[in-house]
Amino acid sequence: MSVPLAAPLAGSVDVDRRMSPRLVLSRVVALCIVEIQKLSHDRSELITRAVQPALWLVIFGTTFTKLHVIPTGGVPYLDFLAPGVLAQSVLFVSIFYGIQIIWERDAGVLAKLMVTPTPRAALVTGKAFAAGVRGLAQAVVVYAIAELLGVRFTVNPLRLLGVVVVVLLGAAFFCCLSVTIAGLVLSRDRMMGIGQAIMMPLFFASNALYPVELMPGWLQVINHFNPLSYQVEALRGLLIGTPARLPLDFGVLILATVVGIAAASGLLARLAR
Amino acid sequence: MTSPAVEVRDLHYKFGETTAVDGVDLTVAPGEIFGLLGPNGAGKTTTIRAITALLPVPAGVIEVFGLDVAKRRMAVRRLIGYVPQQLSADGSLSGVENVSLFARLFDVPRGQRKAKVSESLEMMGLTEAAGRLAKTYSGGMIRRLELAQALVSSPQLLILDEPTIGLDPIARGSVWERIAAVRAETGMTVLLTTHYMEEAEQSCDRVGLMHRGLLGKLGTPRELIDELGRPEATLEDVFRAYSGGSLDEEQKGLRDVRATRRTAGRLG
Repeated sequence: MSVPLAAPLAGSVDVDRRMSPRLVLSRVVALCIVEIQKLSHDRSELITRAVQPALWLVIFGTTFTKLHVIPTGGVPYLDFLAPGVLAQSVLFVSIFYGIQIIWERDAGVLAKLMVTPTPRAALVTGKAFAAGVRGLAQAVVVYAIAELLGVRFTVNPLRLLGVVVVVLLGAAFFCCLSVTIAGLVLSRDRMMGIGQAIMMPLFFASNALYPVELMPGWLQVINHFNPLSYQVEALRGLLIGTPARLPLDFGVLILATVVGIAAASGLLARLAR
Repeated sequence: MTSPAVEVRDLHYKFGETTAVDGVDLTVAPGEIFGLLGPNGAGKTTTIRAITALLPVPAGVIEVFGLDVAKRRMAVRRLIGYVPQQLSADGSLSGVENVSLFARLFDVPRGQRKAKVSESLEMMGLTEAAGRLAKTYSGGMIRRLELAQALVSSPQLLILDEPTIGLDPIARGSVWERIAAVRAETGMTVLLTTHYMEEAEQSCDRVGLMHRGLLGKLGTPRELIDELGRPEATLEDVFRAYSGGSLDEEQKGLRDVRATRRTAGRLG
């Protein structure tokens, strides 16, 4: 059997393929397929990762629903909380991509990926939306748990499509944030510490658990700069119909994702050295 | 006139204050198996990483098939298949999934993808194991899987960084057999690094001896041995004479040692 050299000779090599939307899309698809394949081989991670959101909903959610101490504008507290827990769950999945990329660096995987004809930004975009795929799988689990607890989420296909987009964007941004930090700290141990250190502040400085109006003034200021809040607001608006500034929410998430991809791409070469 | 497969002119590279490569000139002809030899820390991997554009180099220093690596990075990468020193196949994917990923990343047309993936796996003797998760493979099989990943895009230049490190002698033999078969069947250029002198002596058309960032000796293994003037000498003797010391006395960076041990550990 013979495998011919299919690559063109140097003199006839096509012009370099730069960041065309088609190339980015092909890399996103390639890396998302890998994520789906991994999930299909090992579904145990979905179950173990479901424990924490289940605890938030079952223990925290049902208890505070009975206590009626958090004013949620006529919406049962569990319904109010569920989109926040969904967003938190996606955040937790995404933020560990920084650790994963350091592992990939140590294992030579990153170098191998970077020697493919894939611009750094396309590689980061692919990773970001692969995190989105995992985030979506996680969101389905949280959605199911919430439904079992009696939360009545929307079944409107358009709204659910909106939820998919919000989850993808949120996961992509937090994945990029994590990869950016990984590119700065370069060490798995430090990355694990920082990952743990930023997750809970991001969560508590958002509207995931309580309305913004209940926050002290300084926390409200931080909340305005926290993309998680815009993600939660959009999810809440789409899933349970609470008032939401959807154009603003989508705008912030898109902008945050673009900035995140740019920052992570800029630091990827530092990781590969 | 045909361009060399690789041309490196006066390559220097520093990591902070440490000089990793200190003025390397190197030409690899199309179709040859060229081995960069030397202990860990000699600058082989840095040279390889510069050729693959993983490390930034100034324009005019490195060309691959006539393309300047600094200016035509993506075009150069389309010509290269690369296997890093570490075991980089994804254990949580099957063999066929590992190879398919690289077929997609190299834009192998959809209509040809399945056939190319099967061909690459077949060339590496992995057809039967293709559906199994890579974490169930032996060390030698994983190396062959990585070769299949690198070959799926039909590269003109195959770059292998320590392809047999950590493998048992049988697996090492099998990997070398496959590399030789690929070269024989495709005429592909192979540039590899190794610190196993006896393997390089048997398998490489030409070798270059690297020591402390310098490329000192270049030639066929036979030429270098003959230069020594001792008929019973080996390439390792040549290296000792050139470097003035033992391979084991070389300084190794912590990262090199860690990577080597991790690879050996994963191979069991």
